[in-house]
Amino acid sequence: MTQTDLTRLSAADLSAKLASGEVSSVETTAAHLERIAEVDSEVHAFLHINARAHEVAASIDARRAAGEELGPLAGVPLAIKDVLVTTDMPSTSGSKILEGWMSPYDATVVARSRAAGLVPLGKTNMDEFAMGSSTEHSAYGPTHNPWDLTRIPGGSGGGSAAAVAAFETPLALGSDTGGSIRQPAHVTGTVGVKPTYGAVSRYGAIALASSLDQVGPCSRSVLDAGLLQDVIAGHDHHDSTSLPDAWPSMAAAAREGATGQVLKGLRVGVVKQLQGEGFQTGVTQRFTESLALLEAQGAEIVEIDAPHFEYAVAAYYLILPAEASSNLAKFDSVRFGLRVTPEGGGTVDHVMAATREAGFGPEVKRRIILGTYALSAGYYDAYYGSAQKVRTLIQRDFASAFSRVDVLASPSAPTTAFRLGEKLEDPMAMYLNDVTTIPANLAGIPGISVPNGLAPEDGLPVGIQFMAPAREDARLYRVGAALEALVEDQWGGPLWAQAPELRAGKGVN
Amino acid sequence: MPETSSSPEITPEVVRHLSELAKIQLGEDEITLLTADLGQIVSNIAKVSEVATPDIPATSHPIPLQNVFRPDVVGDNVLTAEQALSGAPEQFEGRFVVSAILGEEQ
Repeated sequence: MTQTDLTRLSAADLSAKLASGEVSSVETTAAHLERIAEVDSEVHAFLHINARAHEVAASIDARRAAGEELGPLAGVPLAIKDVLVTTDMPSTSGSKILEGWMSPYDATVVARSRAAGLVPLGKTNMDEFAMGSSTEHSAYGPTHNPWDLTRIPGGSGGGSAAAVAAFETPLALGSDTGGSIRQPAHVTGTVGVKPTYGAVSRYGAIALASSLDQVGPCSRSVLDAGLLQDVIAGHDHHDSTSLPDAWPSMAAAAREGATGQVLKGLRVGVVKQLQGEGFQTGVTQRFTESLALLEAQGAEIVEIDAPHFEYAVAAYYLILPAEASSNLAKFDSVRFGLRVTPEGGGTVDHVMAATREAGFGPEVKRRIILGTYALSAGYYDAYYGSAQKVRTLIQRDFASAFSRVDVLASPSAPTTAFRLGEKLEDPMAMYLNDVTTIPANLAGIPGISVPNGLAPEDGLPVGIQFMAPAREDARLYRVGAALEALVEDQWGGPLWAQAPELRAGKGVN
Repeated sequence: MPETSSSPEITPEVVRHLSELAKIQLGEDEITLLTADLGQIVSNIAKVSEVATPDIPATSHPIPLQNVFRPDVVGDNVLTAEQALSGAPEQFEGRFVVSAILGEEQ
């Protein structure tokens, strides 16, 4: 196979070829590193490339040659969002305050990926501390959408999604606090899953908002995401919010779903509040078409009223900043990261304030100040307390919905990828990008975004989101894979086959 | 959709005070910008109080777990002193070094 062919293969296909010996991990890894060298100066999905990737791949090949029994993803390349700490590569969370910082331990998801034989290619770009919907808040410059380099790749996990979309890696790890896996998947024509809260360990994920954060997979197919979730999910005693549940195989669920049988009699709820005004025409059109496809296969479409969803964004932008202001207090210039000493010295208080001024970007400052306000005396009940009550109301809306339907569906985001710079100066407009994804985080339930076409008006990717009750991640993989099979049948192949060719050295801006 | 009116509660003095609480030094230009941004954001998110009536319980955690304990023994993920100090901006003889805790005025 040529190097280009290797970068187009799914993780599932690579897995089969690696197992049969048709290709080696060294060849596969080299092909992806070559692709990164060709296109990443334009895409900027990576903040750091693993200098030892070749060595790791060679060791997997040697173990396989020695007859060792290896997991299905052994030898398959993996990109890691920079929010996840790694011992062999810097972990910055997209911030200057952690520039060059080396973690003394691996995040659990990283350790499990290594143990499964995945080959870490590098660390991916993100909005600073995962605060943003476009990667424009990265301290290291934005990532560009491979479908149109003048547009955003989504955020905060735009680097992971763009790396997958640009064939720099078949798999990537992301984190989703309010949509940071699903919204980038939507705008890059890829698949992204936010598992049930607690399904995947957050140990070693640099915390943004601890009651919302969840780690999950990014890929170009539902099956590939399932293969990766099978590697990273499961109880971890290092994370006290980790669920003790035993999980069924998500890959098996995806394979079962692809047969389409799951759609017969499936009740699909469509949330009234997650469509209509504010949604781009092409996004709505593709959503409606997907519902018709599901219906034609025997699914029943049910309209759902979720009256409190309209308060979700407001509640989220109180809860998240409040938790973030507390989590980010650890960047105090003492134990790790940057230290800036004001001219003429100063007390530890002065050093801390000067360090945080220099080390944090504008969005991080905005959210810390907002969170500090929401938690301050006299405002706590009106803001943070009320937001927590809204959370209860949203959970009740979901409970009521799931008493009537098996899954909920919505467009994954209101619009296709907007232009870099377009919303940077308007924080509230940026926050509203997450209107479709935030409710799942507030309720802790799983969500998946699956590509369902290109918007006719701009030719850019669109995704459909499915949500299921907590712990029903497998249901999402079944339904997601079923829809994926239907749309790919219509297109005669995956959506990524329609992506424009990225050429080395092709100038933008 | 966002309203353009800003919240009367957010003044430059409030932002200056918050920056002290949050231990982030801010320049005057940043305070001006943040006052406008926060005013707009707060006026958009204040609506949570419309539905948060006294009878609704608060949810702090989406899937609460009770009594997550572990045996009272040394864990399997304890850093050595060397590892703990490995990222410190300044260290001396196995300890973190910080600047003076108290200033002259204290």
